[in-house]
Amino acid sequence: MKKSWWKILSFVLLVYTVVAGFLIKVPDLPIIHQSIRNLYFHVCMWFAMMILFIISFVYSILYLSNSRYKNDIYARQFAAVGAFLGILGYSTGAIWANYTWLTDQNQSLGSVLKEPKLLGAAIALLIYGAYFVLRGSFTDIDKRARVSAVYNIFAFVMLFPSIWIIPRMVGSLHPGAPGSDTGNPALNAEKDLDAVMRMVFYPAVIGWTLLGVWIATLRIRIQLLQDKTLINE
Amino acid sequence: MNKIIRRLLFMICCLCSTMVLFAQNQTTEEVMRSNGKIYVVVAVCLTILTGLFLYVFLVDRKISKIEKDN
Repeated sequence: MKKSWWKILSFVLLVYTVVAGFLIKVPDLPIIHQSIRNLYFHVCMWFAMMILFIISFVYSILYLSNSRYKNDIYARQFAAVGAFLGILGYSTGAIWANYTWLTDQNQSLGSVLKEPKLLGAAIALLIYGAYFVLRGSFTDIDKRARVSAVYNIFAFVMLFPSIWIIPRMVGSLHPGAPGSDTGNPALNAEKDLDAVMRMVFYPAVIGWTLLGVWIATLRIRIQLLQDKTLINE
Repeated sequence: MNKIIRRLLFMICCLCSTMVLFAQNQTTEEVMRSNGKIYVVVAVCLTILTGLFLYVFLVDRKISKIEKDN
């Protein structure tokens, strides 16, 4: 066990998230009511995903600049955990939408889910899915590392139109779209978030991100052990 | 052998954690039933979270061991 303060911090923050997240008083908004507490879980998945994808992106650039095989492993595993968190974020969002976006007007969940924000998120995740497919299709290790590093940069850049820009340009039920009065960023911490909720939300983001990083480091260490012969450093 | 003992210890810990829930005294019982029983949800989530972290911790330790052997 590599002892690190941040692993303990992650645990402490997530315990705090669960306890405070369920018990602290939240503003009672129409339709959402208590489900606003999902902010500490659903939104944090996306935040953690984004941070892990940024780390993966940085390692891909590092690989291209110094061709160290280690950086390729780092980029791949951070992207894998990021994509996993993205899938969790997507499915938790679907559950949340099922109980808040659906009204009593006989809509089906399918019709509600045809949503720019959701489609964008799905496209972004599929682009990352293609990253793993691409990696798997190479037999030559150097070629795989180089091409997939380039593709990873493309995948990261594609996140911006698909989940940050397009959902803001068209109408959407998701907070952050024009027409909803919640302001432009998907989450305007100053305007949308009650001060008490912010006290839980930020620690929650840090806690979930650290857990993601921890799992990613475990995967990296396994990969480094498996490929020990390939790394001559 | 060491491995088996460790696994048994782990199992006992898991069982103990559920027994704590049964062996509550009156005051915790009252807490658990107050406020729409939300504390029950908190307890469940904390159990899952603790289990999850314990699992990650054990995997981490195992990898460390393999790293040391190599």
